[in-house]
Amino acid sequence: MAGAIDPIHQFAITPVLGPVTNSAVFMILAVAGVSALLLIGSRERALVPGRLQSLAELSYEFVRGMIHQTAGKHGMVFFPLVFSLFMFVLFCNLLGLIPGSFTVTSHIIVTFALALLVILTVIGYGFAKHGLGFLKLFVPHGVPGYILPLVVAIEVISFLSRPISLSVRLFANMLAGHITLKVFAGFVTMLSAALGGVGLVLGILPLLLTIGITALEFLVAFLQAYVFALLTCMYLNDALHPGH
Amino acid sequence: MARESSDGGPERSDDDLSGRLDRLDKALSRHGTEKGGQGGTPPISTRDAQGFARAFRLSSELIAGVVVGGGLGWALDRWLGTTPLAMIVFLLLGFAAGVLNVMRVAGLARHPGQDDRPPL
Repeated sequence: MAGAIDPIHQFAITPVLGPVTNSAVFMILAVAGVSALLLIGSRERALVPGRLQSLAELSYEFVRGMIHQTAGKHGMVFFPLVFSLFMFVLFCNLLGLIPGSFTVTSHIIVTFALALLVILTVIGYGFAKHGLGFLKLFVPHGVPGYILPLVVAIEVISFLSRPISLSVRLFANMLAGHITLKVFAGFVTMLSAALGGVGLVLGILPLLLTIGITALEFLVAFLQAYVFALLTCMYLNDALHPGH
Repeated sequence: MARESSDGGPERSDDDLSGRLDRLDKALSRHGTEKGGQGGTPPISTRDAQGFARAFRLSSELIAGVVVGGGLGWALDRWLGTTPLAMIVFLLLGFAAGVLNVMRVAGLARHPGQDDRPPL
């Protein structure tokens, strides 16, 4: 019986149609969901927005506020990138919470590719905009010359750790959350299978816990998308204003 | 937008964008939006979300620094054949970078791109 509940099985990538895997299907679903929300939401253009339109407007204003706070008004050049990343990660996280579905963001290769996109944008834009002045990012002000090499090495490692922490945070949170959910939900069936009627009564406890964790996972799904987009803004801010 | 950015450099199109956003802002405030001028409050209270964001970051920044430092050292060792040396040095540097990351998240150290603004 215990062998039937495998908490890792939900992350297996299986081909669905030729080269299209279940991961790719859910990525496409996420993109389609975002597009549908924004296209249908902005179709009415009502002065008093309907439900879908106000959802689309809220998500726009949320990301806009985030960029204004962290990167200032000039950060708005990156609005399309940040908004796309936020909505994609949010939809992938939320779609993964539908029972039986696949969580795209629970694979580190996906989150790392997204983080790499962010960091390469920062590096590319930084060098294109400031030239070698972008390297001032690694040289803090007012550091005596004799410890400068050490400080620069630490700053470079700190910069290189950004895509790692950005991707591992998202991936680990989604992975751990889904495993926890599966394990606690598995307790319900295991208890009733092992103890019969008594197990069925006892199974209410892990069932309640599963409901609680599901609610928590919805919060985490939103917050992880928020953190990802917020950090993207902060890193892009470095590309906009390196050094001083 | 596409036509405007194709004939000017990135510098020009950036100014262009902020100019257009300013005009849009003015037009919107002239319009007197029913929001009462509070200008884009996010759905979840920003302070809460920022607190959560900081908590999530604190736990992972230190590890990322150490991992990157150790990985760099390991790669250098394999490349130069100086087996334990570079790894030891870079692991320590990575630890320092991780602590720096955590201090930045906690607001105890300045971000490299910031001067006088308080850290987020």
